[in-house]
Amino acid sequence: MQEFMQQVVSGIAIGGIFASLALALVLIYNAMGLVNFAQGEMAMMATFIAFTLIDRGVSYWIAFPATLLIAFAGGVAIQRVVIRPVERAPVLTLVIVTLGLAALVNGMAGFIYGYLPRAFPSPFPVVTVNVLGVFVSYRDLGVIAVSGVVLLAIYLLLQRTTIGLTMRAAAHHPEASRLLGVNVSWMLALGWGLASAVGAVSGIMAAPILFLEPNMMQTVIIYAFAAAVLGGVDSPLGAVIGGLIVGVTVNLAGAYIPFVGGDLQLAVALAIIITVLVLKPNGLFGRPSVRRV
Amino acid sequence: MLQRIRNAPTRYGLVVVVIILLLGLPTVISSFQAGEWAQALILAIAIMGLNILVGYSGQLSLGHGAFMALGAYTSAILAHRYKVDYLLTIPIAGLLTGIAGFLFGVPALRLSALYLALATFALAVVTPSLIKRPVGLTNGVQGIILLPPDPPQLAKDAFTIVTGRAMTSDQWTYYVTLAFAFVLFWLAWNLVRHRAGRAMRAIRDGEVAAAASGVNIAGYKTLAFGISALYAGIAGSLYGMSTGFVNPDTFPFSLSIQLLVGAVIGGLASIPGPLIGGIFAYFLPIYSNQWVPTQTWIPSQIASAVEKAGPAVTYGALLIVIMIFAPNGIVGLITGSYARLRRRLRGAVDRESGQAPPESQTA
Amino acid sequence: MNRRVPRDFVSCIAGETLFKYAYVFMNFGGPLMARTGRRLAALVTFLVTVAACGSTTPAPVVATDVGITSTGILIGNTNALSGVAAAYGTISNASNAYYTYINNQGGINGRKITYKILDDVYNPANTVTLTKQLVEQDQVFAIFGGLGTQDQTSVRDYMNAQKVPQIFVYTGATTWGLDYTQHNYTLGWIPSYQAESHIYAKDILANHPNAKIGVLYQNDDYGLDYLKGLTDGLGAAASTMIVDKEIYDVTAASPAAQITKLAQKADTLFLFTTPTFTVKSLVVVTALHWEPNIYLNSVSNPRTTMGAASKAGAALKNVTSIAYLKDPTDPQWANDAGMTLYKTVIALCSTCDANNGFNISGVAAAYTMVDVLKKAGTNLTRRNVMDIAATQLNENNPFTLPGVVVKTSANDHFPISQMQVETWSGTGWTLQGSLIDVRGTIK
Repeated sequence: MQEFMQQVVSGIAIGGIFASLALALVLIYNAMGLVNFAQGEMAMMATFIAFTLIDRGVSYWIAFPATLLIAFAGGVAIQRVVIRPVERAPVLTLVIVTLGLAALVNGMAGFIYGYLPRAFPSPFPVVTVNVLGVFVSYRDLGVIAVSGVVLLAIYLLLQRTTIGLTMRAAAHHPEASRLLGVNVSWMLALGWGLASAVGAVSGIMAAPILFLEPNMMQTVIIYAFAAAVLGGVDSPLGAVIGGLIVGVTVNLAGAYIPFVGGDLQLAVALAIIITVLVLKPNGLFGRPSVRRV
Repeated sequence: MLQRIRNAPTRYGLVVVVIILLLGLPTVISSFQAGEWAQALILAIAIMGLNILVGYSGQLSLGHGAFMALGAYTSAILAHRYKVDYLLTIPIAGLLTGIAGFLFGVPALRLSALYLALATFALAVVTPSLIKRPVGLTNGVQGIILLPPDPPQLAKDAFTIVTGRAMTSDQWTYYVTLAFAFVLFWLAWNLVRHRAGRAMRAIRDGEVAAAASGVNIAGYKTLAFGISALYAGIAGSLYGMSTGFVNPDTFPFSLSIQLLVGAVIGGLASIPGPLIGGIFAYFLPIYSNQWVPTQTWIPSQIASAVEKAGPAVTYGALLIVIMIFAPNGIVGLITGSYARLRRRLRGAVDRESGQAPPESQTA
Repeated sequence: MNRRVPRDFVSCIAGETLFKYAYVFMNFGGPLMARTGRRLAALVTFLVTVAACGSTTPAPVVATDVGITSTGILIGNTNALSGVAAAYGTISNASNAYYTYINNQGGINGRKITYKILDDVYNPANTVTLTKQLVEQDQVFAIFGGLGTQDQTSVRDYMNAQKVPQIFVYTGATTWGLDYTQHNYTLGWIPSYQAESHIYAKDILANHPNAKIGVLYQNDDYGLDYLKGLTDGLGAAASTMIVDKEIYDVTAASPAAQITKLAQKADTLFLFTTPTFTVKSLVVVTALHWEPNIYLNSVSNPRTTMGAASKAGAALKNVTSIAYLKDPTDPQWANDAGMTLYKTVIALCSTCDANNGFNISGVAAAYTMVDVLKKAGTNLTRRNVMDIAATQLNENNPFTLPGVVVKTSANDHFPISQMQVETWSGTGWTLQGSLIDVRGTIK
C-alpha cells in the first residue's frame, strides 16, 4: 500500500511538470488555434538563458523575472518575424514553420551550451519529508504550487481583464474583432509572448528535476500534449488537471501493469490520448466546438 | 496519334522528360549517389501516400513513419525468417500496412484535425518502443540485418550493355524503387482524377456540404487512410532494402516529421509535389550542413559556426525561409508564378482588345 | 591487396633514372657534349630529381591503399553530434584534437591525418548513408571510432564486404571482439560492457555475498549487454542475488516508478543507465531516503555527471564504479606526464571541456590509432593496419591507468580488458585495490 501511495505521489510530482508545459501549449492554442511544436524548445532555451544569468552571479530571484521578460520579448519577436509572414498561409505551413523553429532552437542550444546534463537551482529545498510512510519532496510540491499560481494568473488575465478579452476575441473571431478596431496581429504577438513566458516558468521549474540539457523538454512535450488533450485543448484548468492525471496514470501503469512495464510508459500516454478522444472528443473540460456550415 | 501528342498539355511533355531523366540517372552518377536518389524516391513514395491523406482528403497525420516501420518490418521478417524473396515481400508489406491504416482510420474518424495530429504524433513517438517489445518477432533492439539484394542477371546484363559497368546493389535498388514509384504515382494520379479523388477533395473542402451531397464520408476517409498507409508500407519495405538494416532506431519520430515537411514543401494536393518533396526531405538535412562551408560568399566565422552547430540549425532555418517564400510549397510557387506570368502576358494582349484575362484555374 | 603507387614516386624514379643515364652519358659520352652543355645537363637532371623526390633520399617501395597519399591519411567518423545522444559527440572532437597535435609534430612518416567527422544523429539509417558517403565518395582509408552499437552494427557487413577498416569502434558491445573472426575489418577499443559487469560481479561476490540486487537498465543493446555480463558473472548466484530488474525506455520522463519498485526489495542498486537517467535516478534514490550500495556504469561516471547529481540533491553514498583511464579532475595525476600531454592536446579543441572524462577517452583512442599507423610503417594497407590492431597490439597508453596495457593477440581481440574499481568519496573517485584483468573471460 505504501508503495502504491509512493507511486501515486511521484506520479503527481512528474505530472506537475507536464501540467506546467501543457499550460503554455493551451495558451498558444487559445491565441491562434494551432499547436506550437516549438514550445518545449523555447522553454528550454529560456531556461538556458536563466542558467547563464545565474552562472554569471545574478541572484535567482532576479534572474527568474528577468528571464520571463526576455522570454516574453522573444515570443513576441518570433511571432513578428517568423509567424506573421505565414499568417495567411494554410495551417500546415504554420505547423512546418514551428517544426523548423524547434529544430533551429534545439540545434542552437546544443551548439552554445553542449549536451551534458547540468544541475539547475530550485527555490524550494531539496528535502523530502516522510508523510505517513510516503516520501514527498518539497520541490515537487513547489512545481505544482507554481503551476497553480500561473493558472490563476492566466485565468485572471484572460477572463477578468480587458486585454484578456481582446486577446480571446482576436483568437476566436478575427474578422469581427478587426471590424471593432482590434489590432489582431499584435494580439497574436501578445499571445505568443505570454505562452513563451509560461513556457519559461515551466522550464525553470522542471530543470532542477529533469536536468538542463538541450533535449530536456523533448520527452516532456509529448506527455504535455497528452495532458492538454485530456483536459481539453482550450482549457487551462484542464491542462493542469490533465497533467496530474497523466503523470499518475503513466507511473502506475508502468509499475503495476505487467504488460506495460517501464519501457512502454510513453505508449500509455498515447493510449490515454486516443481513449479520451474517442470517448470524449473535446477532453474533460473542453468546450464542444460547433461546426457551422 | 500525332495530333493527340501535339494537343496534349505541356505538362505531359514535362512528365515524359522527367521519366527519361530518372531512368537514365544511374548511368551518369556514381553508385553511391544512385543509392541516395533511391532513398529520395522512397521518401517521395511515402510522401505521395501522406499527400493523399493530408492534401486530398484533409486529414492530418504526423505518424506515417510508424506505417513505414510496419512495412519495413513485415518485409524484413518475411525475408529473414521465412526466406521469402525480397521483391515479393514488398507488395505484401504494402497490403498489410494498408489494412492496418484502414483499421486505424476507423477510430480516427472521431478525431478532429488537431486531435488526429496529436494522436498520430504520439504513435510516431511510441513506435520504436513498440517495435522493441516482441523480441522473438522483431529481434528487439538489435534489429534485422538484410542481405544486400543481388540484381538478377537480366538487369545486370542490360546495365552493362548500356554503361559498360557492372550493376551494384544500390543501382538495382534504385531501379526497383523507380518502378514502384512509377506505378504508385500513376495510380495516385488516376485516383485523384476520378470519383474517389473528387469525393476526397469535397470532404476536405467542406465536410458538411459533402455529407449533404451524399458523399460517404466515413468510407472515403478510411479509404484515404488505408491507401496512404499502403504507400508508406511499400516505402518502408523499400527503405529496408536500401539500408540493408531495420532497427527500432531507424524509425524515430523525426522520420514522420520529415515526411510531413516533404509533403508541405513539395506542395500539397499535387502529383509532382511529393517527388520534389522527397528530394528535399532527403537531401536537405544531410547536405545543408555540409554545403555551407563550401560557399565562399559566406564569411568564414559564420560558416564554421554554422557547421559546428550541426545540421539541425541550417535545416530549421531553411524550413522557415522556404515556408515564408513558398507557403503553398514549391509546386504552389511554380504554378503561382506561372499563372501570374500568363496573366501578365495575356493581360498585355487583352488590354489592347479590351477583354479581361481569364482567372487561372487551380486543381 | 591493393598496391597503389603514388604518382610522384614514379616521377621520382623517372628523375633518378634520367640522372643515372645523364651521368653515364656525360662521363662516357665523350667529346660529343661540350663542357658547359654537360654541366647544364647535369644541373637540369639533378634539379629534376630533387624536385621529384624531395629533399630526402629516394623512399623505399611503399605499399599504400585508398585514402593514403604521400602527404596525408584520410580517416572518417560518424558520431551523434546532435540529437538525444549528443553528449558523446565531444569524443570525436577530442580525437581530432590528438590528430591535430600529431600533425603539428609532422604527422606520421610525413603524412598528416585528416579526420572527417559526420553527424548521424544516432540514427542507424543515417549511419548507413554517411558511411557509404565516406567510403565511396570521400574514399577514406578507414572509419575510426564510430559511435553507437546499433549504428555501427548497421554498417558492419558493408564495411567488411568493402574491406574498409571499421577500426576502434567506440561502443562497449561485446560482439566487436567476440566476432572478429567473422568480421575481420571490425574492431572495438573500449572495454566491453560485459567485461565491466564481470568485475562488478567479482566485487559483489567478494564484498557483499548476501546482497539483494536490483537492476535498472536501459531498453537497448547497451543496457542488455551490461545485464548479461552481470548475470553471467554472478553465475549460479545470479538467480538468488538479483531480486528485481526494471527496464526503462529513453522516452521516459523520469525513472521514479522503476526506482520506487526496486527500493522495495533490493539493498544494492545497479544503474545501467545513460548519463541523464543516471543523474535522475541518483536524485530519486535520495528522495526516497533509500541508501543502497550503488554500482554505476563507466559510461555515466564522469565527475561532471556526478557533480550535477550532487548539486541536484543526490546523496551519492556508497557508489562504486570502475575506471581504466586517468580522470582529468583527479589531483593525483596533476603532474603526471600523460595528463600533461592530455591537457596540451585538449587545448587544441575549442569546444571540448578538459574536465570531461569522455574527452580523455577520445584522445586515448586516437593515441592507439596513431600508434597502429606508425607500426604499419611502409606497409600502410588496410589489411595490415587491421592485423596490427587486432592481433599485434601491445601498447602502453599514456592516458590509461598505470598498468593498463592495450593489447591484442591472435585469439584475443579486446584491446582493453583491465579495469580498476573506484568508489565515490564525496568530491571525487578514489581508486581501490589494483587493476583487475578480465582478459579471456568473455566467451
